[in-house]
Amino acid sequence: MKRYPKFRDWVVELLRRASTDLPEDVVASLEAAREREEARSPAHSVLVSILRNVEIAREKSTPLCQDTGTNVFLVYHPLGVSTREMAVEIREAVAIATEKSYLRPNSVDSVTDKNTGDNLGPGHPYLHFEEWDRDEIWVRVMLKGGGCENVGAQYSLPDARLSAGRDLKGVEVAVLDAINQAQGKGCGPGVIGVCIGGDRAASLSAAKQQHFRKLDDLNPDAELAALEARLMDKANRLGIGPMGFGGKTTTLAVKATAANRLPASFFVSVSYMCWECRRRDMWIRNGEMAIE
Amino acid sequence: MNKIELPVSAAEIAKLRVGDLVSISGVLVTARDAAHKYLVENYVRGPLPPEEKPLADKLYPLLKDGMIYHCGPVVSQDEKGKWHMVAAGPTTSTREEPYQGPVIEHFGVRGVIGKGGMGEKTLAACQKATAVYLHAVGGAASLLAAHIVEVLDVYKAEAFGLPEAFWVVRVDGFPAVVTMDSHGRSLHKDMLATSSAAFEKLADEIRRG
Repeated sequence: MKRYPKFRDWVVELLRRASTDLPEDVVASLEAAREREEARSPAHSVLVSILRNVEIAREKSTPLCQDTGTNVFLVYHPLGVSTREMAVEIREAVAIATEKSYLRPNSVDSVTDKNTGDNLGPGHPYLHFEEWDRDEIWVRVMLKGGGCENVGAQYSLPDARLSAGRDLKGVEVAVLDAINQAQGKGCGPGVIGVCIGGDRAASLSAAKQQHFRKLDDLNPDAELAALEARLMDKANRLGIGPMGFGGKTTTLAVKATAANRLPASFFVSVSYMCWECRRRDMWIRNGEMAIE
Repeated sequence: MNKIELPVSAAEIAKLRVGDLVSISGVLVTARDAAHKYLVENYVRGPLPPEEKPLADKLYPLLKDGMIYHCGPVVSQDEKGKWHMVAAGPTTSTREEPYQGPVIEHFGVRGVIGKGGMGEKTLAACQKATAVYLHAVGGAASLLAAHIVEVLDVYKAEAFGLPEAFWVVRVDGFPAVVTMDSHGRSLHKDMLATSSAAFEKLADEIRRG
């Protein structure tokens, strides 16, 4: 990029931080969970290992998890910054980060079954650009692993099996069912993203984007905030616990959003993020870069 | 904490019960999707193609009374060509469910380390052949890589790709929890039953509330 000659290097550093350095809000939530679980229980030992892993990864600058996931980028930019140039350099940065072992070669051609070796290919990385009226660039990245992606779910209400109707009660039953079906398979305690409504594709995408929210934030919509609190309480009463070993902490957070729907459709989408909610933000202001 | 040294006897494995914390030391082998398919097609079903004989001579002694780790690591190679594990946590085990039972019985494997648990066929094989399923902490890849003290060999790296290859590694004090034992108990089965009962109660509360 002519305007920001170091852009590519900055994105490599952003990926390194995302892969090796878990955000503070997630660490604080895991520490609170460790205090809650009974000493010497399998649940407690899991959380002790998890927190030690966080320290080692940060110190040695090695990936928190070997599955470095789908790299999801959201970029907000002012008028006049070329998204085409940014896309080229983000892709180059992903390949460099793979070479440096911050990322595992994790992109497989679905037809030939060949690993591309550099994490590049159709859909990899996932890029989304949005223009805004601020004179700064905000690059958000999330690494979402396959184990937790596999236990995500989408419901079309009404759902006869669950006796879940087309209202917030139905939504609550559906989300709780998804968490119960996931058991420990998504590397819980999980961070749950929910979208009520939308079409199928937009709904799942919005649910996944909830993982960008800080775990301790408060939903500005009072009704959704109350739904999040109710779901959080009930999810933890399932008793699934860390890794599905049993315990008090089944979810670290539940975050919900809503999108308008057609009168004929009522989707509820659930995105499950493992305990390792890997995300980082990069800001470019006045030619300088900062990672948060 | 139960200390396990590899190779391990059936008698030692039979002592383990669901919920036991263990620490494993010795030589084990990683294997995931491509490796399990290869083992079943060429060894369990056979006949073994003659060109696979040299690898068979290595794998049989490693797997007998040994352990398999479901893991696709991030690795690096130093200037002398030696491999190192950078990040090496467990991968989802259930994908190997069609293969695991036959592999345990055919090779005399005593333990399978992974995450997320496995199904009825593997549980039955654990009981029949005296083996256990051990759950490592999913996502704890840097911590677990630190317990892998040496990479001794790698097989099928070209054919399967680095994450899918057989990595022969020496581990020291590798931590895991027994979640399926050789007596027919599975924590995963029990947990699904308990949490599903809790779910039904909570769902009722929501519907009525």
